[in-house]
Amino acid sequence: MEHRGLGWPRLPRLLELLAALAVQALRASAIAAASPDLRLWPMPLSVQTTPRVLHLSPDNFVFSHSPTSKAGPSCSLLQEAFRRYYDYIFGFYKWHHGSADLRVGVELKQLQVSVVLDPECDTFPKISSDESYTLLVRGPVASLTANRVWGVLRGLETFSQLIYQDFYGTFTVNESNIVDSPRFPHRGILIDTSRHFLSVKSIFKTLDAMAFNKFNVLHWHIVDDPSFPYQSVTFPGLSKKGSYSSSHVYTPNDVRMVIEYARLRGIRIVPEFDSPGHTQSWGEGQKDLLTPCYNGKEPSGAFGPINPIWNTTYSFLSKFFKEISTVFPDEFIHLGGDEVDFDCWASNPEIQDFMRDKGFGRDFKKLESFYMQAVLDMISAINKNSIVWQEVFDDASKRGWWHPQSSKLMPGPVIQVWKVEDYTQEQSKVTEAGFPVILSAPWYLDWISYGQDWKHYYAVDPLSFEGSQEQKKLVIGGEACLWGEYVDATNLSPRLWPRASAVGERLWSHKDVRGLEDAYRRLTIHRCRMLRHSCLLFPLSVDGITTLQFTKTCIFDFPFSTSKL
Amino acid sequence: MAGSTLWFSLLLAAAFAGRATALWPWPQYIQTSERRYTIFPYSFQFQYHVSSAAQVGCSVLDEAFQRYRELLFGSVSFHFPQPMGKWHTSEKNSLAILVVTPGCDQFPSLESVENYTLTVNDEQCLLLSETVWGALRGLETFSQLVWRSPEGTFYINKTEIEDFPRFPHRGLLLDTSRHYLPLASILDTLDVMAYNKFNVFHWHLVDDSSFPYESFTFPDLTKKGSYNPATHIYTAQDVKEVIEYARLRGIRVLAEFDTPGHTLSWGPGVPGLLTPCYSGSHPSGTFGPVNPALNNTYEFMSTFFLEISSVFPDFYLHLGGDEVDFTCWKSNPDIQAFMKKKGFGEDFKKLESFYIQKLLDIVSAYGKGYVVWQEVFDNKVKVQPDTVIQVWREEMPVRYMKEMELVTRAGFRALLSAPWYLNHITYGPDWKKIYMVEPLAFEGSPEQNALVIGGEACMWGEYVDSTNLVPRLWPRAGAVAERLWSNKMVTNLDFAYKRLAHFRCELLRRGVQAQPLSVGYCDMEFEQT
Repeated sequence: MEHRGLGWPRLPRLLELLAALAVQALRASAIAAASPDLRLWPMPLSVQTTPRVLHLSPDNFVFSHSPTSKAGPSCSLLQEAFRRYYDYIFGFYKWHHGSADLRVGVELKQLQVSVVLDPECDTFPKISSDESYTLLVRGPVASLTANRVWGVLRGLETFSQLIYQDFYGTFTVNESNIVDSPRFPHRGILIDTSRHFLSVKSIFKTLDAMAFNKFNVLHWHIVDDPSFPYQSVTFPGLSKKGSYSSSHVYTPNDVRMVIEYARLRGIRIVPEFDSPGHTQSWGEGQKDLLTPCYNGKEPSGAFGPINPIWNTTYSFLSKFFKEISTVFPDEFIHLGGDEVDFDCWASNPEIQDFMRDKGFGRDFKKLESFYMQAVLDMISAINKNSIVWQEVFDDASKRGWWHPQSSKLMPGPVIQVWKVEDYTQEQSKVTEAGFPVILSAPWYLDWISYGQDWKHYYAVDPLSFEGSQEQKKLVIGGEACLWGEYVDATNLSPRLWPRASAVGERLWSHKDVRGLEDAYRRLTIHRCRMLRHSCLLFPLSVDGITTLQFTKTCIFDFPFSTSKL
Repeated sequence: MAGSTLWFSLLLAAAFAGRATALWPWPQYIQTSERRYTIFPYSFQFQYHVSSAAQVGCSVLDEAFQRYRELLFGSVSFHFPQPMGKWHTSEKNSLAILVVTPGCDQFPSLESVENYTLTVNDEQCLLLSETVWGALRGLETFSQLVWRSPEGTFYINKTEIEDFPRFPHRGLLLDTSRHYLPLASILDTLDVMAYNKFNVFHWHLVDDSSFPYESFTFPDLTKKGSYNPATHIYTAQDVKEVIEYARLRGIRVLAEFDTPGHTLSWGPGVPGLLTPCYSGSHPSGTFGPVNPALNNTYEFMSTFFLEISSVFPDFYLHLGGDEVDFTCWKSNPDIQAFMKKKGFGEDFKKLESFYIQKLLDIVSAYGKGYVVWQEVFDNKVKVQPDTVIQVWREEMPVRYMKEMELVTRAGFRALLSAPWYLNHITYGPDWKKIYMVEPLAFEGSPEQNALVIGGEACMWGEYVDSTNLVPRLWPRAGAVAERLWSNKMVTNLDFAYKRLAHFRCELLRRGVQAQPLSVGYCDMEFEQT
């Protein structure tokens, strides 16, 4: 039975899955010690390689479906992936060198892919999607086995990373045996398309690079104060008046393309519609949504957060989120809830009256919680789950909508921890209260500094906070955030990669994989590989033809430190 | 000062004239008005004035006309518009260029005059300059004055500009040793430099990490010292192309071959050049700076710099001289013996001085001038009075403004770089700090001020290659460009922000991957090709 929108009662099932993964991780940890030749990023759970090498010829190698696989050629997600990975592995060289003659040794002619359970070819990836796989590289036929297509995608990436060109240019792979699954199920990148618009093409490129790093969530912070690029069908005025210009919008078709492009790479799109703060751009297209600020007895002409006291606010939001829940297939919607400024609310006489009537006193956190509760209820009513920034948890009163003792039985949101001060303490508090956590605090990649800051991102352990085993299980993963104040298409890629790769490995690999020297060596290779891939291909369409295109300069150098390649 | 009042009123007038606020860097004198003239792309031409010393066949300007035509109107063909009778009076069909002094085939130099006047009014549309280099600066300004209405019509407002640079040396350093930069990256950078009126490309060609410069006298230097002798090198042809491309944009190429430190990559190709370091009484297998105790060293340098002097036409060479590490020299018994023989005692600065002096003698004999990093001055190397000292250290041994004071008090010419290390990045609008630096903010006489010939923005390559060079450079380096070109009083940050944000969008329109200054958008965003 296909469920859309896990209700929170099913959270325990998710936890069981996480526990199972943890056990698996424990079993294989002994093998995680890195072999010096490994070129893989992120490091798989268990890798065994032998010195025996196999050769591959571009003209003679195919990806195929195992006869016993539950997926076949009708699984377009896999067919697309086969073509993509064939190009990643051979594309560039084929054009430049032609195929090299095979010399002595065994040839690898096939990678046979086998999906064991219902493949989920035509579904969307979910937080509970099984990404595990085993890869057995032997001549002449290697095999990649996974429960679902999602594991196949991760395994294809690993397979492509195993292949290298030997001294004579022959495609070569060592006999290997890999068993792999992720440490955390939520491994995300946040992009911000409000402070600066990012073209669909830039988003596609980001999704490609995410797949190289086994990220599986694009957290799309799509609107904010400066602009509202999301084109709503129900409320077209929002983007018409709130976007930077008519060319700085995401049409319904753009959004569909992004979702499909991501799906084909096993990546979820989690949209964020942040409220009640960070909503200046909503006000342009939706009159009487924002709170009019007052200067003494007169409206000042400025507006504050969404007005939480009018019924019209909630009927608007209800319709709006109904649209969002159908446009975005993921079971989660991010509701924001961060940095609500109370000054404007406090200045407004109507809000003052409302506060008095509700008995909130002067405690605007209560008003904030009142609003958030209403929106959270709205989201569960449409069978979706919520993610919110940590303030929603921090500012909720102890007698409010959440309760430590019974929280596991009550619907409640995932809390995203983003404030860098004392973030481990925050993790302790949130998990103690029984809420799932996404960690972002140490991974704000828009904060730049001179030198190899990737080492700091890499050294973080998401479970380093004080808490019981039960609490640790509530950490479902993390996100690297690239806020857009100073980022647009001109500097997005170099600012994200390979710095976000450090987060990618931290969230995928076993916790004991943390040696900096080995990480540096592998990340160096990985960066060059990403350069090669992104130079090689850029996607021209989502649903069909991917055309090979070469850019005018493709330099296989890398800048996270001085080095020779 | 009467002059400054006048100047401020002009600035205000310009700020309200709208379109002129697109200018970067801000000209010395400008007056614009709301009166505007239509420009029709299909008929518009750059034309040599009949009295101009430069005429058709002047490579520098012929090519510049093509470039700016393309930048202004693109390569698309335009339809002939319907004649609209009464509007004809306010059309401009050409910009006349009048260059006073002949000379189109020479190289720009430190002494080149870059002044120009640009007049766009009812009677004329004229760019007047002393030299072709000034004409290039004026063409850039002209291209920034032309704007386009939402309907797509091109306009230029009535404008009078008199412009000249505040400092004659306005440089940008690229480091092609820590990471190789493909030729295209260098050429693209030269284009953007011209948009910013930079006029010196300081090419830090080689360093410890790699030796990409292909020497025809010593081919082993690249063969053994480059990252990849097939791909990560600059051939003689590449170097020629860079020099000519720069010349056509009025940009000098200042080549740096840094010694005696920062030379590890020279070692494999020239056995015996570097100092073998010792661990106790045995060579440790590692190498230090160039060995200053051997005659062979100077023979090599003599031959090598003979080649360099002929390959790079600029009067100046940059000889480096920074960060010489004395520990290896100290460990080496031959060097110790040499020190004793020369009576240097334990003062390795004297040894460094000995080396640098010999090197300077070699280079002067080839008729070249030189620029060196500040350590050469700090370590009291005796140098010729016409040496240019580049100040790069922010705090040590003294604050950089103090250093500027000391260098100029000693009578040397100075270049400022210390506050302009653009490879150092921080979160937020750091261009403001870069912009607010005043190069003459030290205590000194007018004579000392006159010795400051300019400055350089430096983009060192430890963490920079062609993947991130452009967004890291632009528009941040633009802040340095305006500081070095515009009047000292142009320091208003709001005014600068408006123009720089506008200029960044213009850079995007010209295909430059220039990063944003703050939240916002450009009509034409950057699209990766």
